[in-house]
Amino acid sequence: MGILEVKGVNKRFGGLQALGNVNLSIQENTVHAIIGPNGAGKSTLLNVLVGKLIPDTGSVMFDGQSVLGRKPHEINQMGISRVFQTPEIFGDLNVMENVLIPCFAKRDGSFRMHAFESVPNEKDLIEKAEQMLIDVKMIDKRKMHAASMSRGDKRRLEMAMCLVQEPRLLLLDEPTAGMARADTNNTIDLLKEIKAKRDITMAIIEHDMHVVFSLAERITVLAQGTPLVEDSPENIKGHPKVQEAYLGQAHG
Amino acid sequence: MLGLDKRDTKFLWIVIFLTLATPVLLQPFPEGSALAQFNAGYPDLMQRFAIFGIFAIGFNILFGLTGYLSFGHAAFLGIGSYSVVWMYKLLDYNVIWGLPLAVIMSGIFALGIGYISLRRSGIYFSILTLAFAQMSFALAYSVLTPLTNGETGLQVYTSDKQILMGATEPNSPHFFGIVMRDNFWQPNIGGWQFTFNNGYYFCAIIAIIAFYISMRIFRSPFGMMLRAVKSNQQRMSYTGLSPRPYTLAAFVISGMYAGLAGGLLASMDPLAGAERMQWTASGEVVLMTILGGAGTLLGPVLGAGFIKYFENIFSKINDNVLHGWFSFLPDGLEDFVVAVIHPFVGKGWHLTLGLLFMAVVIFLPGGLVELGQRIGRLFSRKAAEDETTADVKPAE
Repeated sequence: MGILEVKGVNKRFGGLQALGNVNLSIQENTVHAIIGPNGAGKSTLLNVLVGKLIPDTGSVMFDGQSVLGRKPHEINQMGISRVFQTPEIFGDLNVMENVLIPCFAKRDGSFRMHAFESVPNEKDLIEKAEQMLIDVKMIDKRKMHAASMSRGDKRRLEMAMCLVQEPRLLLLDEPTAGMARADTNNTIDLLKEIKAKRDITMAIIEHDMHVVFSLAERITVLAQGTPLVEDSPENIKGHPKVQEAYLGQAHG
Repeated sequence: MLGLDKRDTKFLWIVIFLTLATPVLLQPFPEGSALAQFNAGYPDLMQRFAIFGIFAIGFNILFGLTGYLSFGHAAFLGIGSYSVVWMYKLLDYNVIWGLPLAVIMSGIFALGIGYISLRRSGIYFSILTLAFAQMSFALAYSVLTPLTNGETGLQVYTSDKQILMGATEPNSPHFFGIVMRDNFWQPNIGGWQFTFNNGYYFCAIIAIIAFYISMRIFRSPFGMMLRAVKSNQQRMSYTGLSPRPYTLAAFVISGMYAGLAGGLLASMDPLAGAERMQWTASGEVVLMTILGGAGTLLGPVLGAGFIKYFENIFSKINDNVLHGWFSFLPDGLEDFVVAVIHPFVGKGWHLTLGLLFMAVVIFLPGGLVELGQRIGRLFSRKAAEDETTADVKPAE
């Protein structure tokens, strides 16, 4: 039984079958990559997992509880964090505040009226946020305006914001999309470090095969809304069905 | 002190000093001099500075922090005024009954209006609040005449019960016998005439408390969440936070500030009219906040003072005054200069204000506070060096 169990999920947009009978099981403490050509339904699947889309049929269970029909903030409070394709951070706030907000959310829940407390008095949370910034090597940028940073730094910050909540499942939506080679490698190293340091389950949706094969322990290949095959990276590499999905059917 | 760090404590002391010294600071020109009409240290105007300062401070908690632009806050101003006048009519002239009621009533209305309006954001939110405020205005102006006395405005009549009214009690608004319209000291020092008014100091002390509360909110985790709402709601919900209750709380708090301001207006002058709820009044507080600097602590107060000053001082400059100023010029030239300046003063003060507003929005997006910061930087090299690493907390 995996930490995340997707069973028989269908999602239709008008005449388009975006997801057709998707079954997926993500085991605890593994890095599970979901790959597939454009339009395979990767993003739709991710949006189902985080509560943004409700599937037509099927079930999605996280740690024995259904996530369907819950709002994104409720799903986050269950222990699922998400990294977006384009980094979503609080651009108007500084780096430290960006990391502090998830700390508050983790401790105080989705709403608390702490209007007469003072941020500098929250020593524990500040210490936790600082440690996180040290881990992602951003402590020297703690006072920087988040919007003014480079894209690579924004990505790093977004990961710090997710990780500081100690999620049980981290969903990454093309974490290296649009990045230069060097930034991509930095991100891979960062994710490897994180994985080495703590118990965390990651589900990565990715285009870049270099990233996938550097990180993933299990790979699911999605094509036309249906999982083609799920296996270890070694077996996936030479799998004829995968090559077919990516390169097209051989003629003759 | 009081849960503030050193810098904020110092800042609060400066604000307290400036507020308490206002009757002196706004009276820079001796009585009878040509510039005496630029003096603003008379009670009626100073009360307005404090009251509209409170209104703008509250509005800024919503608009400055969360970015939700309400065009209907004047409704709460009116609700506050009506509450206070009703307490005069039913109980007595002591404002202690009316002001808490003003805050509570406007809070309840803000909860209802906010709950519905906050289902939308951006321009749709603004339109919803505007619609609510105009409905409130229509209700006050005609439909609810028994409650609001319609277009005449609500006031105290001799036939009113006033069941707590004592035999020796003052016959105008007071706070445990301290009559609002009375002056407790009117010294005339070397040609300078100063007026220390009970009502102004009553408003000033409440304004300082209101400012302090807003300062605490700005520095609190709650204030940080409100800025997060403005910055990125998507990230907020994916961080496990629900943006709606935060925004609603900010809406209710700012509605209560507006109710308090409306209550104080009726505490200075025991009248409440429907025109206080009109959309122009809602627009005015938006102007005040943007002109002073939205999202800054002091900006809205500066903006409120600036606009009220223009409304009351510039509007008094008529052609006679202008002829007096330029009498040293040859006749033809004098008439010409007066004719050129004429549209911008007197009844045309809105024109000057509009031009100034445009200039501020184009050249100083951070409002008057940004102007202050830029001037400050010119005088201090250190500040210029810090610019690159300046922390992004909203400046004072």
